[in-house]
Amino acid sequence: MLIHTHDNGFDHRRASEITPRAVYEQRRALLRLMAGGAAGALLASWAGRQALAQQVQPPGRLAALPGARSAVAGAVTMEKPTDYKDATGYNNFYEFGTDKSDPARNAHTLKTRPWTVEVEGLVNKPRRFDIDELLRLSPMEERIYRLRCVEGWSMVIPWVGYSLAELIRRVEPQGSAKYVEFVTLADKATMPYVGSRILDWPYTEGLRMDEAMHPLTLLAFGMYGEVLPNQNGAPVRIVVPWKYGFKSAKSIVRIRFTEKEPATAWNKAARNEYGFYSNVNPGVDHPRWSQATERRIGEDGLFARKRKTLLFNGYEAQVGQLYAGMDLKKFY
Amino acid sequence: MRQARPGGQAAADRALRHPAAKPLLFALCLLPLAWLVYAAAFDRLGANPAEALIRSMGDWTLRLLCLTLAVTPLRLAARLPALARFRRMLGVYTFFYAALHLLCYAWFDMGLDGGEIARDVAKRPFILVGMCGFVLLLVLAATSFNRAMRWLGGRRWQRLHRSVYLVAGLALLHFFWMRAGKNDFAEVAVYAAILAALLLARPWLRRGRNLES
Repeated sequence: MLIHTHDNGFDHRRASEITPRAVYEQRRALLRLMAGGAAGALLASWAGRQALAQQVQPPGRLAALPGARSAVAGAVTMEKPTDYKDATGYNNFYEFGTDKSDPARNAHTLKTRPWTVEVEGLVNKPRRFDIDELLRLSPMEERIYRLRCVEGWSMVIPWVGYSLAELIRRVEPQGSAKYVEFVTLADKATMPYVGSRILDWPYTEGLRMDEAMHPLTLLAFGMYGEVLPNQNGAPVRIVVPWKYGFKSAKSIVRIRFTEKEPATAWNKAARNEYGFYSNVNPGVDHPRWSQATERRIGEDGLFARKRKTLLFNGYEAQVGQLYAGMDLKKFY
Repeated sequence: MRQARPGGQAAADRALRHPAAKPLLFALCLLPLAWLVYAAAFDRLGANPAEALIRSMGDWTLRLLCLTLAVTPLRLAARLPALARFRRMLGVYTFFYAALHLLCYAWFDMGLDGGEIARDVAKRPFILVGMCGFVLLLVLAATSFNRAMRWLGGRRWQRLHRSVYLVAGLALLHFFWMRAGKNDFAEVAVYAAILAALLLARPWLRRGRNLES
């Protein structure tokens, strides 16, 4: 029954059987490492919960369009996303009316299929993209951006899309291409305000080439994990989070690469009020009102003081270098 | 228009002199405020309640101003002298909603910061014009009492209160400039047309009355 060995556990006869002191002392370090790892694992689950809390629940209104959490620097703010109801019921889209409740009311007439985007101008590979082709062009990412309207209100919106640079690279811009112009749909049949004298239709916008190539400049197809609602610029729009909202053209049908700075709709309507750059800047007032503060929709109570607006809408670390040495008061 | 219907007219005039008529109008004029307070408390003002309150108070100021200015033309056209009883109340309510409009702006937009408001008045012509209109309305409201009327004397009082047309012009300009940012003047045009019609109706109606008498 009893197995007799010569080894009583203490009395080692052969030197080779003895663990060297240096080695057996590593056990403590190993234990310490394991303890640290365990704590790390706990932290990981906590971090995961935080990330989950930030994960946006699709409201279940439209077709799902999931996107993987973006790895682009600055692309996911931890601020609370604005309610879907507010982000889709309170916005400007003048083709459907000038009141901020008009787009939600009137944009149901917009036909988003079939839809093509003509990419042309100073590129080696100009061509027309079908919307379904654009949807497959690059993996979808979810990006949670602050949005600051030139009117003095702001939101936090989870967009779905990919960097505009992905598309730009594929059409191979020529060296002479300095600007990108975005032309949006102007269809009198489905857009009741096209033809009114409010703006010069179609609504056009533009970016400098380096702005357009910046990874934060998003070609967006969805929001809140679903395809874009019509009133928010379906089926494809751009989102430039460090500029006032009107720079982010909706329902784009044409992207043109040019050598000269393109005319933009609001610049044509009021040259001294809306510059080509229109970077969010609390230090440069709109001629008719201050831009120093903003009201965060759905968050700041009626009697709360408005919050301070941040330079480049808080994306200074990411985009500040694009404007190094530029007089931002002159190039507003 | 001159087809007199004495029976109906007399009945209408009697109804307008009913003791309950004034309290009823008083309550009616409070309804917009009651709705806005309710809507603000129960989150029925949409995504930007502050903006909705400021604008609604402004809208109701304009509407009450139109109603106030409609009293005399309507009284002459419909030959209902009893309508004159309501003019002062409507005028004071115009001031009341203008004061709420200003209060909402000062509180929600400017955080009741005097310096900030002063800078805004200096920066934005449409705010300046609105303020001027309000100061004038304040003078008219302050002299709306019988005692003030007696103190000023009828003729001087009337001359002072004709400046309500100036208030109307300032209010329109305020609204026009505010909407100019969006190049959207449809609503401004409606108010301008109403106010112009009411202003132009006066001499015409008076001439008619003078010829008649």
